[in-house]
Amino acid sequence: MAARLNIHTIAMWLLPALFLAVYLAPLLGVFGWSVSRPEPGAENYVRMLTDADALNIMLRTARVCILVTGISVLLAYLMAYHWVFGSPARKLFMELCIFIPFWISVLIRAFGWVVILRNKGILNETLLSIGAITEPLTLVRTELSVILGMVHFLVPFAVFPIASVMRQIDSRVLLASRGMGANPAFTFWNVFLPLTIPGVLASVIIVFVFALGFFITPAILGGGKIVMIAEYIYIQMFQTSNWGFGAALSIGVLAVVAAMAGLLFRVIRPERLVK
Amino acid sequence: MMRKPLNLQGWLLKLAAVLTGLFMLMPLMAVIPVSFTPKRFLSLPKGDWSLRHYQALMTDEAWLASISDSVLVALASSVIATVLATAFALGLWFRQPRYGGALVGLALLPMAVPPVVSAVIIYFLQARIGLIDTYAGLILTHVIMVTPFAVIVMLTATSRLDKSLELASRNLGASRMQTTFWVVLPNLKFGLFSAWFLSLVLSWEEIAVTLFVSGIDVITLPKRIWDGLRLNVDPIIAAVSVILMVLTTIAIVAKTLHEHHKGKSGS
Repeated sequence: MAARLNIHTIAMWLLPALFLAVYLAPLLGVFGWSVSRPEPGAENYVRMLTDADALNIMLRTARVCILVTGISVLLAYLMAYHWVFGSPARKLFMELCIFIPFWISVLIRAFGWVVILRNKGILNETLLSIGAITEPLTLVRTELSVILGMVHFLVPFAVFPIASVMRQIDSRVLLASRGMGANPAFTFWNVFLPLTIPGVLASVIIVFVFALGFFITPAILGGGKIVMIAEYIYIQMFQTSNWGFGAALSIGVLAVVAAMAGLLFRVIRPERLVK
Repeated sequence: MMRKPLNLQGWLLKLAAVLTGLFMLMPLMAVIPVSFTPKRFLSLPKGDWSLRHYQALMTDEAWLASISDSVLVALASSVIATVLATAFALGLWFRQPRYGGALVGLALLPMAVPPVVSAVIIYFLQARIGLIDTYAGLILTHVIMVTPFAVIVMLTATSRLDKSLELASRNLGASRMQTTFWVVLPNLKFGLFSAWFLSLVLSWEEIAVTLFVSGIDVITLPKRIWDGLRLNVDPIIAAVSVILMVLTTIAIVAKTLHEHHKGKSGS
């Protein structure tokens, strides 16, 4: 260890140095835009908190994200339970239902929902042909379609932390509870569920953060009508050329995400979740 | 007799699980019949299945150009990402510095930041240095976005390496370079492949940030699908989707088999 600057030190710094230059430095530039365009000052941030449009979109984003997180985590809990504790056949079925969609492009997954939910889509045609409805329901470009598409995208991300915690549960604890006469429901609510709470919390935070900054599915299924914060940033940057306002909104999203990440590290130790 | 620790296998729970599973597969299944419609607009074929949209895809120059743009960008960025991630993980493994945690945080940052914010950051950089809508700019973008995932794979791989490997090699007289390339790297073969494969798939599918920094000269396949979805919903998108789904499924199966085989042969 003669020279401090050996080949391994250089190798180690290559990537961090690159990211400092092409990611962290431009991030400061974006912050600079947010307080300098069109004029120096905090007016972009003031606008963010007072403009009716912006407030409406933030409110909708919060509402959709909370709903999506709740539904995704609930479905994920169910899937994780059957994935970890199910019979071999059910395990395989769950694995397919988690991993195949997970790997398939987000665009194709959103497109699939368009195919199903369109006015002349599969769902409407089916309902019309069995006579359940007489006129096609408007399903795309509604909050419902955005929520469906987002839940579909996010469920696998919610499954992984929950399944990881479920796998670590010592089944003797559950046997002990059953052995002492507790019925399955009591064992579930008072033993099993509390043991899985760290995984659930990790899921909630990961899914919420994803949903918040997630762009593609809401934009396709919202069709420009149900605009959420990420698409709003895109519009500010490229359609109305409000560079400063777009930058301020980005910094706002980043602040919320940083706060959530801080919470994640407080509530649970994430390193425990990656096996 | 083995007893299930938690006997919650009521029929209602099973039904709910099956329905959730079907919900996950439904949108993928729905695309398949639509891709075989003989009509020019999105519709279900009514007994008159046709391959015209697959044929159109194979002959349409714009789509073919996008496929080759995507292949080029994905190959270049996945190789660069793998090299960077491997150098990073190896350097950390050899040096084990006290500030290693901070470096890992920096290397993983673009993964934790929401895509739309990453997009604004990268757009800001590339507008400044004139890389918007160039191959170099797009490759750099994809490197930034996929490298954190490769880093996770490589850190997992190096965490399983025995530190005495280095000592043994050095004791036997190997130089630092020889130890790195002849002793340590061969032990990371599987990690290297996984990191490259993951980067390749992620780059091939990247769209959120690509939207901000490409446009006219370079159009990746996801970007063209996005444009198609926004402007007019052409069944050709269904045909592309089906082909991509088939490729993805083959890749998952191949990777699983590879892992399985590797698990059996023991290293």
